[in-house]
Amino acid sequence: MSIFEYNGSALVAMVGKNCFAILSDRRLGVQLQTIATDFQCIFKIHDKLFLGLSGLGSDAQTLHQWLVFRHKLYQLREERDMRPETFASLVSAMLYEKRFGRYFCQPVIAGLGEDDKPFICTMDSIGAKCGSV
Amino acid sequence: MECVFGMVGKGFALVVADSSAVNSILVHKSNEDKIMVLDSHKLMGASGEAGDRAQFTEYVQKNVSLYHYRNGIPLTTKAAANFMRGELATALRKNPYMVNIVLAGYDKETGPSLYFIDYIATLHKVDKAAFGYGSYFALSMMDRHYHPDMTVDEAIKLADQCIEEIRSRLVVAPQNFIIKIVDQDGAREHSWRRTTKD
Repeated sequence: MSIFEYNGSALVAMVGKNCFAILSDRRLGVQLQTIATDFQCIFKIHDKLFLGLSGLGSDAQTLHQWLVFRHKLYQLREERDMRPETFASLVSAMLYEKRFGRYFCQPVIAGLGEDDKPFICTMDSIGAKCGSV
Repeated sequence: MECVFGMVGKGFALVVADSSAVNSILVHKSNEDKIMVLDSHKLMGASGEAGDRAQFTEYVQKNVSLYHYRNGIPLTTKAAANFMRGELATALRKNPYMVNIVLAGYDKETGPSLYFIDYIATLHKVDKAAFGYGSYFALSMMDRHYHPDMTVDEAIKLADQCIEEIRSRLVVAPQNFIIKIVDQDGAREHSWRRTTKD
């Protein structure tokens, strides 16, 4: 049994013409026992940026709180919202910081970048990006 | 073998816990109170490693009081739940607390609420929650008979049905249970369900 499958979650994202979609299941389990069917895995960072966190529920909640904190600081300093590409790099860096004691999460980032160009990106639990430059 | 469960009713929340303190095959005591009253309107039912349970629940209770003294207003149930999650999450990768928590509270603005907090700091707001081997029976009974806005009598009846299932189906079932309730009048002990005297 893998720690990534302890709570159980599934996430999908896709780009379309001037749009993206991000989808998750709503189950929170403890191995085979279902605790709730309304658990939230996708979080809004700002109007044009969504973060999905799959894997261990506890680490997903911790990471979400850290990333909201970092984004709020960014907003205060830069007086604007973060671009999805930048946010993806931030998530990647934060995950790699814990290279030898990792967060048990695999994020999916979806947003509209410059000129509302849709952007999606996933990464593994130590921040290796796929689906983006 | 320990079990804690809880549910939300109309204007109240209920937490039920077993009251056995066990070491290997020996029952040290059967009137152990595992539902800590955090403040006037919060109940924290905890199950898990005995030392961690006592230590963590007292730590949370003292910090909830400290917030009240410092700021003049009590924490909301949601805030207390998030505080607990934060403490558990911080300790998780150093020296984890092996404690599972069912937090019940009543707030004037939002009414009754129940929170499920795992030992690995997974937090979720729920209508019904259960931990331990007894959870298999309690959750099944609650899935079948629970409905929103139950009265106190209906909820106590459901709690009794859960206890009955645990007693009859769990091989090493706990002897006694304690029931505590929280509503707009505050958090208090409701009753005991005993099979043995202490």
